[in-house]
Amino acid sequence: MYGWVWRHLPGPWPVRTGLAALLAAVVVGLLFAYVFPWAEHALPFVDVTVDQ
Amino acid sequence: MKALRLALRGTGELLITAGMLLLLFCVYQLVWTNVEAARQQDAVTDRLSDDWRRPDAGSAPVTAPEPPLKLGEGFALLRIPRLGDRYDVPIVEGVRTSDLSRGVGHYPRTPRPGEIGNVGVAGHRATNGEPFRDLDRLRKGDAVVVETETMWFTYVVDRKRIVRPSDVWVLDPVPGKPQAEPTERLLTLTTCNPRWASTERLIVFSHLEEMTPKSAGRPAALAGGR
Repeated sequence: MYGWVWRHLPGPWPVRTGLAALLAAVVVGLLFAYVFPWAEHALPFVDVTVDQ
Repeated sequence: MKALRLALRGTGELLITAGMLLLLFCVYQLVWTNVEAARQQDAVTDRLSDDWRRPDAGSAPVTAPEPPLKLGEGFALLRIPRLGDRYDVPIVEGVRTSDLSRGVGHYPRTPRPGEIGNVGVAGHRATNGEPFRDLDRLRKGDAVVVETETMWFTYVVDRKRIVRPSDVWVLDPVPGKPQAEPTERLLTLTTCNPRWASTERLIVFSHLEEMTPKSAGRPAALAGGR
């Protein structure tokens, strides 16, 4: 999976490393901005209210 | 043989990815939500302080009906001397996930601070700023002070209890007496228990001891702090 991505990145390996880092940063950003807040809301681990 | 190798590597990558996701989620919960919540809570507190400093703030007669609150809107500040001299957290309307990252949340179906009945406030104990991290340190007699635009309300802790998440009776007008008409002014704080799980709730019951207009200066309970 990761090998497939790496092989399809353009340029010599320093460029590929930079692009890979950029891709990783974008993925982490999306996780923190959208996926994790949804997961936090959906999981009961940090519930602090009393409700039915 | 090649197919097996591919399958093994694929499984390995999947497992490592899953592990990375879990690790990132932990970082998100334990670091990021605290950073974000601190920023949001400071913004709410600053906005409240600015609103209250306006020349016409508090000029409406005390008996005028208060305007309805919007969910997510900060409307009071909570101070608990036992938890620190500089402890102050905004109280926002609502107990949704988004409300509880902006401060501690006021259960909308409960009365407003100072009113007769049982005021309900919920707050996080881990993550999202952890305003109620040390709530278990509160003891009988400790002061819980609510500051609004015009008034200081000093509540005093009566007792703490561990209950189940479904024990909504703690927010009844008279907790423990389902049909009773309320006559006292109570404040009930709720958070999770134990701190890193949410299998139970930690409840702190308190009653109003003193209410003073802000023109009279800070209440006695806060005399030691800022």
